[in-house]
Parts: sequence; C-alpha cells; structure tokens
Amino acid sequence: MNDPSAPTRDADAPFAGVAVTRGNRVSFVAAVVAAILVVGIAAMPWWAERDQLRLVTEFLYLLALAQMWNLLAGYGGLLSVGQQAFVGLGAYSLVTLGLHGGLNVFAIVPLAGIVGAVVAVAISPLLFRLRGAQFAVGTWVAAEVFRLVMANMPFVSGGSGVSIANAVRGMSIDWRDAMTLWVALVLGVGSMLGIYALLRSRHGLALVAVRDSERSSQSLGIDVRRVKLLVYVAAAAGCAMIGALIFVTKLRVSPDSAFSIEWSTTALFIVVIGGIGTLEGPLVGTIIFFALREWLSDLGSIYMIVLGILTMLVVLLAKDGLWGLVAKRVDLPIFPLRRKVRGLDGP
Amino acid sequence: MSLLEARAIRAGYGDFQALHGIDFRVEPGEAVAIIGANGAGKTTFLRAIAGQLPLSQGNVRFDGQALDGWPAQRVAAAGMAMVPEGRMLFPSLNVEENLLIGGYSRRAGPWNLQRVYALFPILREFRLRNGTELSGGQQQMVAVGRALMANPKLLLCDEISLGLAPVVVRDIYRTLPQIRAEGMAIVLVEQDIGQALKVADRVACFQEGRVALEGIPGELTREQITLAYFGS
Amino acid sequence: MAEWINTILQGVLLGGLYAMFAAGLSLSFGVMRMINIAHGDMIVFAGYAAIAVASALGAPPFVAALIVVPALAALGYAAQRLVFNRTFGGDPMRPLLLTFGLSIVIQNSLLAVFSADVRGLDTGGLSTATLDLGGQIGLGVLPMIAMGAALATIAAVQWLFRHTRVGRAFRATSDDPGTAQLMGIDRHHIYALAMAVASAVVALAGVFLVMRTTIGPTDGPARLLYSFESVIIGGLGSVWGTVAGGVILGVAQAVGAKLNPGWGVLFGHLAFFLVLSLRPQGLFPKTRDR
Repeated sequence: MNDPSAPTRDADAPFAGVAVTRGNRVSFVAAVVAAILVVGIAAMPWWAERDQLRLVTEFLYLLALAQMWNLLAGYGGLLSVGQQAFVGLGAYSLVTLGLHGGLNVFAIVPLAGIVGAVVAVAISPLLFRLRGAQFAVGTWVAAEVFRLVMANMPFVSGGSGVSIANAVRGMSIDWRDAMTLWVALVLGVGSMLGIYALLRSRHGLALVAVRDSERSSQSLGIDVRRVKLLVYVAAAAGCAMIGALIFVTKLRVSPDSAFSIEWSTTALFIVVIGGIGTLEGPLVGTIIFFALREWLSDLGSIYMIVLGILTMLVVLLAKDGLWGLVAKRVDLPIFPLRRKVRGLDGP
Repeated sequence: MSLLEARAIRAGYGDFQALHGIDFRVEPGEAVAIIGANGAGKTTFLRAIAGQLPLSQGNVRFDGQALDGWPAQRVAAAGMAMVPEGRMLFPSLNVEENLLIGGYSRRAGPWNLQRVYALFPILREFRLRNGTELSGGQQQMVAVGRALMANPKLLLCDEISLGLAPVVVRDIYRTLPQIRAEGMAIVLVEQDIGQALKVADRVACFQEGRVALEGIPGELTREQITLAYFGS
Repeated sequence: MAEWINTILQGVLLGGLYAMFAAGLSLSFGVMRMINIAHGDMIVFAGYAAIAVASALGAPPFVAALIVVPALAALGYAAQRLVFNRTFGGDPMRPLLLTFGLSIVIQNSLLAVFSADVRGLDTGGLSTATLDLGGQIGLGVLPMIAMGAALATIAAVQWLFRHTRVGRAFRATSDDPGTAQLMGIDRHHIYALAMAVASAVVALAGVFLVMRTTIGPTDGPARLLYSFESVIIGGLGSVWGTVAGGVILGVAQAVGAKLNPGWGVLFGHLAFFLVLSLRPQGLFPKTRDR
C-alpha cells in the first residue's frame, strides 16, 4: 500500500494512462509474417510448379475444413461427425448448377454456401433433439441419408458418379489452377480471420461462454439454442463452399467420395492433434497431417493407424493438442484474444 | 486409542479454502455433534474425512489406520458410512434396493435388511416403491437405513433434519439409541442445535473453517454456544 | 402377398440381430453415458476373431464363440480400466474422440491383417436352412437362432441389472457415482465390468454376424449406426425397447430393400428420423436425463 516505487495516482483520474489492449509484439510480428506468406502464396501461379500449386491448394482447403470443424466442436461445443453432408452438398451443387446449369464453377462456391446454410437450417430442428454424443452420431446418419439419396438419384447419375469436366471446359488448366488456389486461399485464410473476428466480437464471447457452461450462459440471458444454431449454420455454409472447391480439383463427383466420412475423420484428426478450441491448433494440425502423409503414405493402412493412435494419445495425454503443449510453455498468442490491462502498475 | 482422529485438516474447493486446520476426534461408541452456521465447513469436513475431498494438509486416522489419500470407496469399506446431505437416494433403485446397495461392502455386523425394517417399519410397506415417491422423512429413513446396512463402526450423519418437520425429526432421532446399541459411534452435523445437544456426548462448534468451541453439552452455556456459532 | 409377409418376417429376424448389436451399446451408454464410436468395429473385430479361431482350430462356430466371447470380455475390461476411464469425468467429448480414433485404428489394423476381402464363417449349411411355414412363407433357421440368442442375451442382461448385487451397483453408479462411492463401490471397476459385459454381448453379436453374412474390415461404422438407431427408436434406458427398436429398423430396411435394392439402409435411416421427429424420447423410454 505504501510502496515508494509505485507511481502515485492522481485521485481525480485514477485510471489515467491505463489501457486495455489485446495485441502484443508477437501477434504483430505474426501478422506481418502472415501477410508476407499470403502474398507469396497468391503469387504462386507465377513462380511455382503445378504439383506445388496443387499441394498448397489442398493444404488450404483442408485447413479451412479443419477450422470449420473446430468452430463447431472447439467453440460451439457441438461435436459433429457429419460435416461431410455439407461437403457433399457443395460437390453436388457443382453438378447441378455447374454441369447441368452451366454456371462458372468458381461462382458456384458462394452459392454452395447458401445451399449448405439453407439445408442446415432445415435439418437442425431434427438434429438438435439429440445432444452430445447422440448429436454426433445423428449428424453422421444425416450425412448417410444424403449419400444414399444421391446414390439413388439418376438426375445426378446415381451411385457411379459423374464427371464435371464439362463444367470447366473452356478454361485453361493454368487459369483454373490459379483460380482454385486463390479461392482456396480465400477460404483458408478467410475462415481463420472470420472465426477470429467472431471471437473478438460480442457474439464470440457468448460462444465461449456457452462452450464453458451452458447453464450459466442461459442465466445470463444468452440464447443458447440460437448461438448453437448460428454456429451450425455457419459451419455448414463453410463446409459446402469448401466442398464445392474440393471437387473442382477432383473433377469427378460420386456419392461415396462426396459424402465420405473421411472428410470428418481428417478434420477431426487435424483439429484434435493440433489443438481443439484454438485458432492456431488447426493450423499446426494441418502441417502435421501433411508431414505425416509425406512420410508414411507408402505404408497404406499403417498411415491411418498412426493417425488414429496419435489422436488417441493426444486425447489421453495432451488434450489441448500439440499447440496446447507449446502454448503452455511459451505464451505465444499469435491470435491474441485475451484482453490485458496495461498501466496499472506503471507504464 | 480414538476411533477417528483428524489433525490439522485443511481442505477446500479449488482456490477456496474451507477448512483452516481442524482437530477432531471420536472415541468408540461416542456421539459427537458438529454445529455451526451455513458455510462454516461442516459438510466439507465430513466429505474430507470420508475421502470424497482431498486434503490440502493434515491427516486422518481411522480405526488405527492412516487414511492417506484413500478414495472414498476404500474408506467406506473400512467401516465409515455416510448419510449424505440431501439424502441422495438412487433414483434407479427402489427402496429395498437402496437399502441393499448400502450393504455392498458385505461387512459383517448386526445390521441387515430385516433389522432396518424393524427400525423403520414404514419402509417395509414401501419397499418396492421408488424413493422419489416417499416423503422427506421417509427418504431420510431410507438414507439412514442404507448407511446402517454397511455395518459401519462410524456413522456420519450430514444434516438429517434438513427440510423435515420437527415431529419427523424427533421420530428419527428417537431411533438413535437403537442405532447405537451395539456401540456404533456417530458424528452428527446438525442445524437443529436442540436435537444435537440432546443426543450428543460431545459437541464441536465450527465457525468459518475452524473449531470455535468444544465440550460436553451439559457443561456449555447458551452464551458460549451463541458466541462460537456466530462469532464476535 | 406371401412375398411381403416373408419380407416382414425377415425384417423382424434381422431386427433380432440388430437388437444384439444394440444391446452392448445400450449397456455402456446406460452405465457410463458413453457412446463408443468403435462399437461397430468391435463387432466386426469379434467376427474376424471368430473366423480366425474357427479356421485355426478347425472348429464349428459355437466353439469359436466359447473362446471369443470371454476373450473379448477380458479385453473390454482392460481397455475400459486402462484407457477409456482416463477420459471420463471431464469434457464429454473426450471419450468420443478417443473411441473415434480407436475405430480408425481397428478398421485399418483389420485391413492390414486380413486385406479388404470379405470373409464369413462356415456354418455347414445352417445359413441357408429354412423352416417352411407353408404357403410359400419360410423363416431362415439361422436368423431364428440369432433372434433367440438375442432375446436370451437381453433377458440375461436384464436379470443381471435387476436382480444381482453387481446390477444394483451398475444402476447406482450410473445414477450418482459420487454417492455410489460412499457405498464402497469402486466406479473404475464398475465401469470396466460394464464394458466387459457389453464386450461379451458385442462378441456374441459378431459371431452371429459372420455366420449370417460376409464382412469386410470397414463394415464397423454401419453396425454402429444401426445399433444407435435401434437404441434411439426403442428409447434410451430400456433394454427391451432396444429389441423393439431393432425390429422396427430391421423391418424398415427389409421393406425398403424389397421396394428397391438401393433403398434398404435408407429406409432404416428415414424410420430413425421419423421416430426422432414424432417421438424423440423413443418408443419405450426409461432413463431420466442427468
């Protein structure tokens, strides 16, 4: 109380010179580095080879998918193993709007998002009757329904799938690769920035509050159902857009590939291993995923076994993921979210 | 040697310390009452010695053994049974099954289903009913009977009068002599000071996590108790 | 007309198998509130184990069952005690994520060991034997045995829960693990025991599965979905409800497949969503929500 080294405070303005800040030196540096990276990636059509272009594209869309899954599970508290429903919807938007409808495939990406959102709103009343683990399996059943319906629809050529090469006829491969990369960049970076913006906002605080304790949030007047619904719809729209983009790169849409559980499996692995409930986690997870794939892809099933065991180990021993392990030792908030009070003990 | 000896007990919930160094003992066959205002730490103390709450400091010896970090089920199997606050009957079990589950540890002793029914005859009538269909007093009887089925050496009763009409409380307390007939020791945490002082051999008064007063009911004055209860 | 009766009868008997699949899931969910995502994969694993044992010993299926069922029960106890229990008591997502990882590990391990070829168990003609009821209506003998085994298993599990000391401990721990501890019940042991019983049921279901049909390493998830749907249709907490759920699912799938070969499983999913929308608590619910 009578510490001579503490700055004296003017009784009339006791909080002068005190500020609430969020940024810090690390996040500033990270932002600069990120900006440089983004520009570099955007310029890849001019300096990179086709294989590298495709790899980075895949990295970006898997990152986006992981961020969507993380938004649901890590922030919304909604574990879904049925997001492939929307990935598939995005793919089939390509077929109906692109192949049959003649629209430019890249214009279809945002439209797919709308389709995903609408469908999510339509099925959510049914799915939200289930909670927790049951909700997760319920989303899976829903995805299976979509898959089976599409497999039985001659309009989209049923189970054998359809090539959408005709939808991109007239576009040079280089141009298509470049546009795909840029859209993937927008989706990948956009998803991270979008979620970051959401978390910094008032709605984001509500989201985290709901995740931490539904009952307490409700008593504070937060409409829990509405928050969860918004998150579910946003993630659905995101996954649908990503799905549309993914199948532009694959050029062939079949029910089994479009609605494959592997989209959820991959996203789950990435987010859990990287770190659930943080923005940096999925980024770290995607990097590890690609590294492991490089290393082990020759070994077929062993690769998946390693991923599965790694996931289990992380859940058992390091539940905040590998990023969580790092973040515990080193305070490196690349995406600063905590508010710090500066100036109370001096400048 | 005391049946229960607790020394320098400190415990709490996360950052909140509820007990600040409690010394407490129970002799075989004794009935000790713990009284105190809400938040004084009475229930916390019972949970701590029963093994439901980890101690941040201090130790507990029961029946000659040190209960060093023993989990609650081990303490229960060693002969300490609790009638928990709020009764906590199992909703998936009927009355008789609730009693039977009390005997899970299969400890030898005088208490069995028939004897519990003899103590609380109304329960025999309701034996196949679900606990939620019973009145508060009857549920309390089930909870006490359940603890007795464990044939404990020490019975911990946490606020058995809570939410019950005075006449019901009296009925339950009237069974206490039968319960103690074979030498069972009892710790009674009570808000109903009158009842507690009537049946207890010794009383301890907790205040904000400390023992503020201890003694024999007949020898303590009302002023002493009031002071210890509410503090200065 | 006879064809439709046959279809429905087949569906009912298929439902018996689904009820057996679901009983294990219902048990572990009832006691531990955990949905084991690897449930279906464990059924498939048991099936493969039965095939391996039968071929190694040159023995008939029921001998293989005698070995596989206790073995899997022991494995289930160990897995719960050593691994699954560690994810309890915190974020409910953790057991889900753990078992999801396990599911992938089991599938790909089976793939690595047995390759993607489908396998079945030789039943010496039992799988094609039919009981002729006259008027072109017939019941498969093996499906009837499976249905009988399902009912017997579920009756046994019910008896275990209602009339034994362990069963009371299961129910008490499920209600309130903290107070159950005060009775001297070790929840870690009880959870592991519940998993052991569930695994035994799963193993038996797996043996019947490979007797009825051929399986591949990745057939697990479908079994999980059917088990889950049976439990939800029947109603949580009611083991006999699970039988009803399984039968309804089986009939829905049979009817769907009759109308169009590609619609079988889809009709089952639609039946599930229909029940979910009209009666979300299921047809014969018994648990209360915690």
